[in-house]
Amino acid sequence: MRVKPAGSSAVLVCLDDPDQVTGLYRELQSAPPAGYVDAIPAAETVMVLFDPARTQAAAIAAWLESASSRAAGTHSADADRAAPLVTIPVRYDGPDLAEIASQTGLSIEEVVYRHTANEYVVAFCGFAPGFGYLTGLDPMLCLPRRTVPRTRIPARSVAIADRFASVYPSTSPGGWHLLGSTEAVMWDLRRQPPALLAPGARVRFEVAK
Amino acid sequence: MSTASTAKTASAASAASAAGNGCARTAGGPPPAVAAIEVLSPGPLTTVQDLGRPGLASVGVGQSGAADRASLRLANRLVGNPEAAAALELTYGGLRIRFAADATIALTGAPCPGAPMNGPVHIRAGQELAIGIPGEGLRTYLAVRGGIDVPEVLGSRSTDVLSGIGPPVLEKGMRLPIGTRTARFPNVDLAPPQRLGPAVLRVLPGPREDWFVPDALSTLTDSAYVVTKDSNRVGVRLDGSELKRSVLRELPSEGVVTGALQVPPGGAPILFLADHPVTGGYPVIAVVIDADLDRAAQLRAGDAVSFRPAARP
Repeated sequence: MRVKPAGSSAVLVCLDDPDQVTGLYRELQSAPPAGYVDAIPAAETVMVLFDPARTQAAAIAAWLESASSRAAGTHSADADRAAPLVTIPVRYDGPDLAEIASQTGLSIEEVVYRHTANEYVVAFCGFAPGFGYLTGLDPMLCLPRRTVPRTRIPARSVAIADRFASVYPSTSPGGWHLLGSTEAVMWDLRRQPPALLAPGARVRFEVAK
Repeated sequence: MSTASTAKTASAASAASAAGNGCARTAGGPPPAVAAIEVLSPGPLTTVQDLGRPGLASVGVGQSGAADRASLRLANRLVGNPEAAAALELTYGGLRIRFAADATIALTGAPCPGAPMNGPVHIRAGQELAIGIPGEGLRTYLAVRGGIDVPEVLGSRSTDVLSGIGPPVLEKGMRLPIGTRTARFPNVDLAPPQRLGPAVLRVLPGPREDWFVPDALSTLTDSAYVVTKDSNRVGVRLDGSELKRSVLRELPSEGVVTGALQVPPGGAPILFLADHPVTGGYPVIAVVIDADLDRAAQLRAGDAVSFRPAARP
């Protein structure tokens, strides 16, 4: 990892992959250093915001170095078990189901089976409030984004793209492949926290009854 | 109207309302139960702002809040509010309001002609207040004793113009309730006038200065930039010397902070303000230090701005 300066009250931690991001973010959540304000996990980085009246960039950087090696030493399965688990029921009737099957050479039933078999982790959020990028997707289901994005994807669409799974929290344009939809409310401003999927959370998809 | 003296406008409107409005309450009667501000004209852009909603960036919600935080805090102190109380943030002034009950207000930030700046002002029920267009600076803050009491969204009354979270932007006819949560009045009744002066903003390099050609940082700090008209609470778009990249591959989106100078492919930097996106996909060459962010929030279209290296903390 490398810690880079980002102004007078933040540092940017550069990592190799989303799993390291999740590990470091969980360390920040479980026992944050003095002066910690917030963190923004992303695909290969964590932006760590601090209060310069209470700490210094050097002290935060030193804490992050040791937290990063602690995270690397922790068996990720142990850390996973401690994180909250969110189960999302899915109606697998998305418009891209047949195309995903033909592109992966799987049957539709097998696509659904592989999407529900694994446990996912929310590595980071982005794109829109409450849009979580979930790692743990079956490698057989990893497909590049659609060549032509859709102009309108309904809220609560369950989707995959690249090595990530997600659920669209609100209606928006997008280029992900649509597997189906869920009744789960991904984003609600009247709820605290508003996002159903926060970084570090574990997620399972199941076939809606 | 826009440059009318506030005091004159207020008394004239008050007299008109007493003479022409049969519903006006009688002098000396009890104050109305609900103190509120009625928006007669919102001006170019007026929003409710407090100190924002920190701590939600990980789920994609930015901090938002007053762009010029020092001016918001000062306005609140002058009316005896907690510093974090919600107030009005005017962009290019132009706000016209009427008070339903007696109130104590203070205006800070960009100075508007005729408006009593930097000190508490008592307003009587029924009075109108017309605020002109500032001659310099961009954002004026109007605090009311008790605070603007619109409902909180995720712990804040700030309008985030990027995500749409928070109370709606002010519109004609809107009624803004005034709260009751106050602190002690300060021992002064006038703050020293703030002079804006030339915009020289101090920057710290990084986090992605190594994605640019070696002399890009000195280009940034040695040349003058001009604020373009498509600037807003999200960011100040700048025109000037191109900051050339050496690394041309795509940057995976990463967290960004207020004050970040993000450089899109055209090479002209964008200085992120309060409502900036939580993550961005263009490299950030340098970040304006926190101490200079309030000055940055007063930059208006056409202003010259220069950047200087900051001392390492």
